[in-house]
Parts: sequence; structure tokens; C-alpha cells
Amino acid sequence: MATMTDPPAEGFRLSQLLYDTRYRSATIQVVAFFLVMAGLVWLVNNVVINLSAAGKDFDFAFLNSRAGYDINQRLIEYSNDSTHRRAAYVGILNTLLVAFLGCITATILGVIAGVLRLSKNWIVGRLMTVYVEGFRNIPLLLWIIVIFAIMTESMPQPRDFRGEDAEASMILGESVAVTNRGIYIPNLVFTRSLGGNEVDAETGAAIASASFADLALLVAVIVAGFFASGYIGRRATATQERTGVRPPGVFWMRAGAIILPAVIVLVALGATLDYPQLQGFNFSGGIHLRNSLIALWFALSLYTGAFIAEIVRAGILSVSKGQTEASSALGMRPSWTMNLVILPQAMRVIIPPLISQFLNLTKNSSLALAVGYMDVRSTLGGITINQTGRELEGMLLLGGFYLLTSLIISLFMNIYNNSVALKER
Amino acid sequence: MSEVHSETALNSAYVRTEMLPEQAPPVTAAGPIKWIRENLFSSIANTAMTLISLYVIYVILAAVLPWMVYGIWDAGSLNECREIRDELYGPMDGHGGGVACWAVLVDRWDQLIFGFYPSDLYWRPILAVVIFLTGIAPVLYDSLPRKMLILTAAMPFLCFWLLWGGSIWGPIMVALGFAAAFLVVRQMSAVTGGLWAILLGILALLFLFFDPIQLIANILDWVIGLVGGPDAALSGAWRSVEGLVGGTIFPLVPALSGLLYSILPIEIPAVQSREFGGFLLAVVIGASGIILSMPLGVILALGRQSDLLIIKGFSIIFIEVIRGVPLIVWLFTAQLLLGYFLPPGSNFDLMVRVIIMVTLFSSAYIAEVIRGGLAALPRGQYEGADSLGLNYWQSMQLIILPQALKISIPGIVSTFIGLFKDTVLVVFIGLFDPIGFSNAIRADTDWNGIYWELFIFIGLCFFICCFGMSRYSQWLERKLTTDHR
Amino acid sequence: MKKSVFLGTIAATALVAGAASAQTLAEVQERGVLNCGVTTGLTGFAAPNAEGEWEGFDVAVCRAVAAAVLGDASAVEFVPTTGQTRFTALASGEIDLLARNTTWTFSRDVDLAFEFVGINYYDGQGFMVPRELGVSSALELDGATVCIQTGTTTELNLADFFASNNMSYEPVPIETNAEAQQQYLAGACDVYTTDASGLAATRATFEDPSAHVVLPEIVSKEPLGPLVRHGDNEWGDIARWTLNALIAAEELGVTSANVGEIGASTENPEIRRLLGTEGDLGAMLGLDADWAARAIAAVGNYGEIFEGNIGESTPIGLARGLNAQWTDGGLLYAPPFR
Repeated sequence: MATMTDPPAEGFRLSQLLYDTRYRSATIQVVAFFLVMAGLVWLVNNVVINLSAAGKDFDFAFLNSRAGYDINQRLIEYSNDSTHRRAAYVGILNTLLVAFLGCITATILGVIAGVLRLSKNWIVGRLMTVYVEGFRNIPLLLWIIVIFAIMTESMPQPRDFRGEDAEASMILGESVAVTNRGIYIPNLVFTRSLGGNEVDAETGAAIASASFADLALLVAVIVAGFFASGYIGRRATATQERTGVRPPGVFWMRAGAIILPAVIVLVALGATLDYPQLQGFNFSGGIHLRNSLIALWFALSLYTGAFIAEIVRAGILSVSKGQTEASSALGMRPSWTMNLVILPQAMRVIIPPLISQFLNLTKNSSLALAVGYMDVRSTLGGITINQTGRELEGMLLLGGFYLLTSLIISLFMNIYNNSVALKER
Repeated sequence: MSEVHSETALNSAYVRTEMLPEQAPPVTAAGPIKWIRENLFSSIANTAMTLISLYVIYVILAAVLPWMVYGIWDAGSLNECREIRDELYGPMDGHGGGVACWAVLVDRWDQLIFGFYPSDLYWRPILAVVIFLTGIAPVLYDSLPRKMLILTAAMPFLCFWLLWGGSIWGPIMVALGFAAAFLVVRQMSAVTGGLWAILLGILALLFLFFDPIQLIANILDWVIGLVGGPDAALSGAWRSVEGLVGGTIFPLVPALSGLLYSILPIEIPAVQSREFGGFLLAVVIGASGIILSMPLGVILALGRQSDLLIIKGFSIIFIEVIRGVPLIVWLFTAQLLLGYFLPPGSNFDLMVRVIIMVTLFSSAYIAEVIRGGLAALPRGQYEGADSLGLNYWQSMQLIILPQALKISIPGIVSTFIGLFKDTVLVVFIGLFDPIGFSNAIRADTDWNGIYWELFIFIGLCFFICCFGMSRYSQWLERKLTTDHR
Repeated sequence: MKKSVFLGTIAATALVAGAASAQTLAEVQERGVLNCGVTTGLTGFAAPNAEGEWEGFDVAVCRAVAAAVLGDASAVEFVPTTGQTRFTALASGEIDLLARNTTWTFSRDVDLAFEFVGINYYDGQGFMVPRELGVSSALELDGATVCIQTGTTTELNLADFFASNNMSYEPVPIETNAEAQQQYLAGACDVYTTDASGLAATRATFEDPSAHVVLPEIVSKEPLGPLVRHGDNEWGDIARWTLNALIAAEELGVTSANVGEIGASTENPEIRRLLGTEGDLGAMLGLDADWAARAIAAVGNYGEIFEGNIGESTPIGLARGLNAQWTDGGLLYAPPFR
């Protein structure tokens, strides 16, 4: 912006700081810097004065004291004897879990709804419009509360499963129980767990259990299988391009590369399924997906899905009609047109706002307290602050966590944006 | 060829000589049936989807419609509702009961909409909303006469006065103060250039709304305190200046409005912020958040687009920090922490704190919207402004911002919709927005246990407002895109 | 309202160093209104009615203090607070008095720097279960799903109770009483736990109250009382003795009906001192002589408040129990007015 001016004949004068465009921007910046810094110092100064007036100090030691409260959903070990720090970790993992699950289902829902909204089928199109507009124009908090209430009211209680002529029964071959406390699904457990098994005192048989090492091994083997399968596929394609003949049985080899090692690991570890069973007040065994998690997950996915549907629709519409016409002129089926021509081009328009929706979803997961899902805002930012009275420290940590998460997601977004940006000259 | 054809045709007795009248297409290829075939049953997959959709619609309506239609409108409490229901339709069980109890809305609609606002003063918020709508109309529809923009400028002060009441001189003096600052900027920008004019305007505002003597004394105190100088000697001497000038003339605006009030007491009954509730609260927080955040948003957007590195850096940090943290955390900050950041002894009510936080929050989003508008302007506009020899502030004021703000309006409206919906989060800090009221209503023994009726009412109200706004912004977007192509 | 709220706000944000935490009494009297923190809605204790008037047991305490200090029981701004925001609201001076069924604990009194001015309700944490579960004791609740309200002492008591009895449980934390009630009724939890008074209030509004039982175990002591900030003892005294005046009035037989004439007609010196017809107790508090008479006239004595809001004649139907006068075998024992 600086315009070229002739250098002044005489030496530097102070008034140049104000009137010479070469120096003025520096002056403005220095002044702005000092004003902002003064503002910050003023704020910190106020905090110091107010804290000492209230007889409080600024100290994070409360993180190491005993929490004293219980958390129902914990991905890592936690009891009421654990520290507040541990409780915060449990909350963070819960936040990340629901955000992760939500992002996946919201994307699926959004893509389906976005494509269906453009469908030629009138009823389906209208239905999707109702879905999208309904969720976009009513506050998320209301949806979370309503979905939670609907689930509570409409699903059977565990005690309905009891007795000879029970009102409710388990589904999928007595393996899954859908109750208004959540859904109980079978759990994968191992009789030869890497984490070691406890032994039943009476029969001497190992009690099946799962440890982190088992699951990590399983996941690692499956991921490696995918890589191997991809490698086989690429080699087959290379052969095909070189010789014109695709080697036989590639599909089976690829499938085998994924499945075989996983099966071997499962057998080696002695995998069995632990089915949920009605015991006492509740089902026990299996994995318990709590209603609070499901309601929050559902509500977040449906809500964000409505926004994603709009993004997808706008992305598809942004691809010019000539592309569709050209691909039908080439004789492509409508589904191929969508998958091979439209969606890949629409992606460039879709992805950036999509990721900012992921960001919104992650932030919106802080509404968990409406359904009593123990996310980081409910543990660290809720009960911990409330029991210790450390609101300043707790809120700082909480804000820091959300900020860090957002920044990491934005970082990936920027990397992606740069990689797909049209190389314009 | 056609001639040959027609000759043979004329000669043949079996050929018609006159045209047949046009026939209607077969019933399956025209009218509603054709439409149904093409739109609903064009393929197997399509048929399946149609049937599934119809089934879903049927299931939902079958469950909800009777419940809604047979609802009871006239009862004093939930138990009365249940008695009436049993009388009318025989005993039913189930948690929600077989029919809706709309009576709760009849009983409490005024609280859900106006909160605790005195019922004989309901005309004031209604009038304020009308004025608000007329005030923003010329901004939203550019076919309206430009003279109405004067009303737009007066609208915030008028609405404020109507909503909170009190002496009329306060809002008038504040408006005059801003007008004075605006005049200062306008007059001085010709003399000193844009930046200095704006700084002078800010100084004028400080001078009008704050006590300059106290301000300088406090800064003196603070600086002396920082460098560890003697306590309060210098500033004490300075403070005594106030005694010389009379002591009550600063801050200028409150003093003047107090004086005018004592001469000519025009006032309407004052209403405390705490009496705001329900949708009124949501609208007031949302609207003031957006209006107040506009100036800040413009400054942040310009800062983020600026060539000045430090200013750009601060703008980016502010915007990203605000956007990176959920609103609910900011609201808790307003409730729990704002007191820590302000000077000891300063304390104002929760609603004002929430409005401050919401303003900061939405200014970051507005800044991003306006930044989009700035970036969407063709580069030629910037270059044209430069080539006319306009300086930065002139080119922004005269060329860039008017265009950028215009194309940002759809984005600003979407931000407002989002903010309006998000105002329900204030329930978590104890303000009575509609959802907060639904909890409070349930705490009354009369209505303990009523859920769906309240949720449906709240959801419907939100839907109507937000859907209307989003339709407007879509209309505007279409209009703007045709303008540019 | 000389200045509008807006200007007041501007003046407050100005860099004027305000007089640091002046005397609350003077502030309240100057303001003409008592800012009183209550719940966002708890049946029988505090809730707005259809006219927007707050009603309830805790609300009466606010009104009594307002009547004593300002002479007008309606000069109260009720500030709804949640479990999470109540202490900050009090500490920051947003409210002058917190009457939000708050449990008096050591750490709240000492560490959070508040002053409990007395106990207006002796409560304890209890359990409610559906009758059809056939549970008769809280010790049979091993493995149960328990609905609790977050942000209270309840969740700590619950953890302690189950841990000390070597039982396991599944907590379902809920934000408000109304939601917890819905969860419980739908069977999403087996047990609902909160203060016994809350359980009774909640149960009273069920469609079929007899289908639910409140278990005999009371697992904690929950002395609920109004509280003020540390450091302003004059204000604390006013709140404390207004509460005591309500309790003493019941013991002495002073009611809202007879308070007008009994002060002059009675021979009982304590009643005369209480009602200001003798001595200068009001002046010692910095109030006028008939402060207590005004409070009693406005809301009635403790017994009247209890009966009117949560007693056996109301749908909530709580018995006096521990909250009877000491002369009737309860714990209410107001120090002498002397």
C-alpha cells in the first residue's frame, strides 16, 4: 500500500512518524500494540485485585485432589477416589467420543438428505425439505431435550424384559437389548487376553476380558490388512496396464489380506462375545451405550446433518448442468454420473464448510449437560468447579481445551484447502 | 416430397381429407396421474421410496395428530386436564396421557413470550419490535426510501427507551452524544484525514460519557502504582480539580440528562432487566448482540484484511479465540468470571453481562461474514479507489464498505438466526428464556409433569421466526446473484 | 429512577473506583429493593405463578427480610440461580441474600467464604423407588440406576453412601428437577434421590403417588438455610434475626393475624421485645422498632409459611417432623430475643 515518495532532503523529523506514510503504519502498529497490551495488563491487574479481595489464589493444585463424585460413562479407569484431573480426562474423552461419532453420522445423514432433496421424487424431496428446515430453524438445545425425552418415553424399561410374558424382548437373537436406559450390545472379550485374565476360583477357567492391548493389536492388524489389500490392488492394476490382463482372483486376495490376519488374531486371543443379561435392576455384561450418549449423538447428527445437507445441495448445484448433460451423453447411468462426475467436483465446494460444521458440532457437544452426558464441560467445567469453587482456573482450562481442539481441526482444514485449491495462474 | 404425398392421398378414397381434432392425451400421460407417475413411481426404487415416505408420514401423523387435535384448552392445572380427559374420552394411562393439555399455554403464554414484563406495559415491547422492524426495513429492502435510514439510526435508542423505560432524556442525550461524535468525525476527516478523525471521535465519546478528570486520575494512579511511585499524591491533587469545576458536571451526558429531567420530567415506568423473559429476552439479546457487534465486526474484519501485521495478528487472535470456544462457555464466563475482569466494585446485571458477551461473540462471526464480503469485491474496486487518490479510510468509507456490507447482509441474517437460536443457552446461567420458563412452569404444582405442549409451542415460535428470516436471506441472495451476473 | 439503567451501566463501566463493597444494608435501603437469589423453580420452595409472582417456602424468607428492612414485602427482585451459578451470584454482589435450599457445609461456610444465617429447613437426602420394584431399604439398591441432580451435595453423598456400603450403582446426572422426574417416571432410572422434601414434593404431583415409596433411609444431613457474604456482619445479623423472629413468633404464638394487636395487648415481655413495643432491639440492628412485626405481618410466622407452602394442607403434604418447634419435639429453637 505504501506509495512511493521522494526521500525527504533533510534528516529524520519526529513529525514524519505521523505524516510520512512510510513510518505512519509502524507508528499506528506500535500504538495499537501498546493499547492492547495496556488493556490486557489492566484486565490481569483487575483479576489480581479481585482475587485477593475475595481471598482466593490462582492455583491449579485442586486438580490433584480427590474428586469424590462418580461418572457413569468412562472410557478410562475412574472412580470417585480419582483426582479432579482424572475426571477432566474422562470428560475430554467423552467429548471427543461424541464429537467423533457425531461427525461421521452427520456426514452420512447430510449427504443422503442433500442428494435426496434434489431427488425427482416429489414426496421424498418434500420430506427432506421438512427435515432440513425443521432442524435448521429450531434451537439445538430444544432438539436435544426433545429427542432425549422421546427416547425415554418410547423405549421399554429394563424391568419390562423380566418374567414369562415380558412386554419387551431382546432383538437380534437375544443379543441386543434396547431399553430407555440405553442400548446394550454384545462386547468382544478374549479368554487369552494380552492384559492377562483373572481365573475363576471355582472352575479354574479363565474369565474372558478385554484389555487395551488386545484391541490395539486387532485394530493394528486390520489397518495393516487394508494397506496390504491396497498394495495388492495397485499391483494388479499395474499388471493390467502393462499386459492388458488383470490377474485372476485379485478380489479374493484383497479380501483375504484384510480378513485372514484379523481372524487369526481373534482365534489366538480366544475371542468370544459377552452378551448382556438382565441381572438385578439392570442388564449387565456387554457394552452399554447410554441414552444420554445416544440422544446427544442423534440430536447432534440430525442437527448438523441438516446443515450439511444444505452444503451438499449447494455443492451439487454448483457443478454446472453441462457436466450432467455431458455425462448422460456419454451414456452414464444417473448413479454413475453422481458418483463419478458430480460429487468429485462438488467436493471442492463442500469440504471447507463441511469441516466448519464439524467444528460447530464439536463445540455444540458442550450442550451435553442438558441430557446429563458427562462431557468435559460437565465434569471439569461443571461438578469440579462447583465442588472446588475454582471457577477461574476451571474455565481457563475448559476454554483452552475447546480452543486447542478447534485450532487442530482448522489446521487440518487449511492443509486440505491448500491441497485442493484450483491452481490458478 | 410432401406434394407427391398429398396428391396420392387426395386421390385415395380411404384417406381422410380433413384433420382430426386434437385428442386429449391418455389419462396416464397427463394431469395429476402423469405427474404422479413421473414424480412418485418412475422406477422401482422411486416407488419404494415413495411408499416408505408415505408410511413414515402416516406413522408420525397417526401418533401425533389425535393427540394434538383432541387436546384440552380449558383447564386450570394438569390434574384438571386429566379429569376432563377421563370424562371426555374415558380413562387412559401412559405418561403423557392420551391427549395434549394445551391449557398450559392459555394459562402461561404471556410468560413464555414476555416473561415477567408488567402485563399492562405489553404494548411497549410490541411497539419496540414494530419500530425495530421498520428501522431495519430500509437496510433489508433497498427499494424503500433512503430517508427512512434516519429512523434506523434512531431505532436503537427508541427501542431501548421503550423496553427499559425511565426518563426519556437519557436515551436522547446518549443519541445526541453519538451524533456529536459522528459530526466530529465527519468535520475533522476533511481537515485531518480519516484515522485522526476517528480517534478524535473516540476521544469525544470518552469525554462525553466518562468523567475525564476521574479517568486521568485513575490512569495516573495506575501508572504510578506500576512504577512504584508515591501513592495517590499526584492524582489526588489532580482530583481536586474536580472540586473547582463543580464536581457534578462530569460525565457530561448523564449530568445533562439528569439536569433536563429535573427541568422537564418526561418518563415512562422503568422496567428492570430481570423482568425480561421468554421470547422477549431471546429477541432482545439476539438483536442487541447483532446491532452492537456490527461496528466491532467491521473493525475486526478490516483489521484482519489489513496490511499492518500487528493489527492483523490481534484481529486474528481475537476472532479465532472467540470462535474456537462454545458460546455456552462464554456465557458461563459472563456469569462466573466477568466480575473478576472488571474493576472492583463495578457490578451490573446479568442480562447486560450476557449482552456484552454475546456482542463479543457475534462480532467475531460478523467479522468473518464481512471479511467474506470484502474478499468477494472485485479487485478493481480497490484499485479504482486507490487510483482516485482516496486514502485508506476514504476508500473504505465511500467505496468498499458500502458494497461489502450490502453483499454481506445474507450472511449477517444467517448469523442472526444462529444467534437467536443460541440465546436459549442462557437457561444454563439462570435466565428465563422460553426453555427456562418451561422449567419454571413445571415447578408450579399446577403444571408439574407437562412437557410436550411447551416444547411444541417453543419450537413452533422459533421455527416461524427463523424460517421467515432464512427465507428472506435466500431471497436476497438470489437477488444479489442476479445483480452480479 | 433518576438515571436510566443504561446510563447506570455506563457509569458502572466507567473507570470510577467504586467504594469497595459498602454496607449491604445501606445499599439495599438506597436501592429500595432486596435482590434475593432463589432456584429457577422447585415445587413448593420457589416458583413463579401464572401472574409472575414468586411463591414458595424460600421465597417467604426473602419477603420477610424485605419487609423487615424496607417495610415492603413486595420490594424483592427474585434472581433465579442454578446450582452452578448461585455462589458466584452471591459472591459478586449480584444478590444480597441467597435463599435457595442450600446445604450448610463446612467448606461452603469457610472455604467459599459465605455465612449461613440459620436453618429454615432440616432436610436429608432420601431415595424414592416405584412400589412395584419391591424394595424396602436403600441397602437393597446394589446395581441400581440412580437419577441425581447435578451441582449439589447430593452426588457426593450418593457416592459416599454406595461406597461405604460396598454397593455399585449407575449415576444418571440430570440438570433440573423436572427432567429428573420425567426420567424417573419413564423408568430410565430405578431410584430418584434428592432431599427428602424434594422427593415428597415431586411424588405429590405424580398421577398416582401411591405407586411410589420414599425409602426410610436418610443418608445425609442437609440443613438448608439462607446465606449471605462473609464480612458484612450487620447484614448477616439482620437476615439471621429475621429468620429467628419468624421461628420465635410461632413459638410465642404470634401470627400474621394477631401481630397487629398482640404487641400492645400482651404481657409477655419477649413478645413485646420481639414486636418492638418494648426495648430497642430494632435499633440495635439498624432498623426501626417494628421490623419483626412487619416481617411476620407480611408472610406469617414460620408455622404459617410452612403450612402455606409445603405443609400437609398443600399438595406437597410435608409433615413438620424435624422442623417442628423444639417444644413439639423438633429442632427449631430460636435464641431468645433479649
